[in-house]
Amino acid sequence: MSALHINEIKKYFGALLVLDGVSLDIEPSEVVAVIGRSGSGKSTMLRCINGLEKIQAGSIEVAGHRIGPQGGDLRSLRKEVGMVFQSYNLFPHLTVMENVTLAPKVVKGVDRQEAEAIAHDVLRRVGLAEKSGAYADELSGGQQQRVAIARSLAMQPKVMLFDEVTSALDPELTGEVLKTMEELADAGMTMVLVTHEMGFARQVADRTVFMHKGKIWEQGPSEELFANPQTPELRNFIAPNLK
Amino acid sequence: MIRSFGWESVEFLIRGAGWTLLLSLMTFVVGGFFALIFALLRTLGPKPVRLAIAGFIQLVQATPLLIVVFLAFYGLSFMGLHFPPMVAAGVSLAVYTTAFLADIWRGCIEAIPKQQWEAADALALTRIQQLRYVILPQAFKISLGPTVGFMVQIVKNTSVVALIGFVELTRAGQLLNNMTFQPFHVFLTVAAIYFAICYPLSFLSERLKGNRHVRPAH
Ligand SMILES: Nc1ncnc2c1ncn2[C@@H]1O[C@H](COP(=O)(O)OP(=O)(O)OP(=O)(O)O)[C@@H](O)[C@H]1O
Ligand SMILES: [Mg+2]
Repeated sequence: MSALHINEIKKYFGALLVLDGVSLDIEPSEVVAVIGRSGSGKSTMLRCINGLEKIQAGSIEVAGHRIGPQGGDLRSLRKEVGMVFQSYNLFPHLTVMENVTLAPKVVKGVDRQEAEAIAHDVLRRVGLAEKSGAYADELSGGQQQRVAIARSLAMQPKVMLFDEVTSALDPELTGEVLKTMEELADAGMTMVLVTHEMGFARQVADRTVFMHKGKIWEQGPSEELFANPQTPELRNFIAPNLK
Repeated sequence: MIRSFGWESVEFLIRGAGWTLLLSLMTFVVGGFFALIFALLRTLGPKPVRLAIAGFIQLVQATPLLIVVFLAFYGLSFMGLHFPPMVAAGVSLAVYTTAFLADIWRGCIEAIPKQQWEAADALALTRIQQLRYVILPQAFKISLGPTVGFMVQIVKNTSVVALIGFVELTRAGQLLNNMTFQPFHVFLTVAAIYFAICYPLSFLSERLKGNRHVRPAH
């Protein structure tokens, strides 16, 4: 059974059709990169997957929780789906530890001691065990983004969504975040990542999906897709990136 | 009977100031309670509720406080609801404060970036949990400066209830002046007492506004 099942979803913003019948099946432990031009609907697709945006047609299924145009049990779905944003969005009034333990405590009702044990574990995984007492404004962008990943991991999601998580970072800080994501992938996490890092997509993602005009235009095993693009749109898109 | 300005007069004024403080405090507590509810409903309530609250805020903000006080005192007594000055004063000041504080606090809630809501939403927090753990603590911090600043306005504005005969600091000054005919002594002392109450608040408000990184104690 697939970890994430997206079936013919459509999304409108007013009259603008942004997702035009997108379907995608993702296997457990699969890593899928989503690439495409600005405005092609990549972020919107991710946001629909965990219900931050409503869909107007089709359905999305994760771990037995289904959402459709009428909504669905969003909270149950979100417990299974972690999301990491381009702008980190840490809670600035809370320490790193409090950022990471908040959701396990208030959403899952985990007691404080256990929540902190989980937090220590996930912070170690992202290499920030020693920063648990810091506030967001005391961390670099790369560290903040790794805390955001840890915060999401602490809910023990079945699927993680990443929306251009390195785009806001200085080039010398992208490496540490990409490394964290690669380790997650190696550990068997099911991941969907929107990225402009073609090299990373090619190297880490099992499959790459090219979105164009709100549709999945072309997809395939990453190595093949980049080596041998089938459509002129994809060829045009990756040509300047490969130089 | 006081005949000339002396220690006795100062004592009399300070008793008046006590009523000013009590009225201010009551106003702030009652007004603050409704303001919080209104601020939340104004941002998160269903549309008709949001519109109704916005209308209430606009209406009160466009009405001189004195008119609100007269409405509560003379208007309601005309309709047979006779409130003593203390109650009429408290009610009208609370209504006024509710409107202004609700507006200030709504601004603070809306100043929190929508990405903060989204991040909490994505972590499966309910709407109420998002407010409780993520939005309100941040909004609270930025609201401290303007809120304390508004308390200064409340203290000064309590003086309008002198006009319905409630003996707070300003009214006490008027009465004393009628007895002593020493307006400079009397009203300079009254002003000095207002200053002694308001200046620490203003000072605190500026400090809180300047310090953007005030954090709740852990
Ligand atoms: N909240 C919104 N309201 C109206 N239109 C929106 C909204 N969010 C996105 N859009 C529009 O939907 C389309 C797809 O946007 P989306 O953010 O999904 O693109 P993207 O592929 O992620 O682009 P980028 O690479 O720039 O992030 C764009 O035309 C965008 O202007
Ligand atoms: Mg995007």
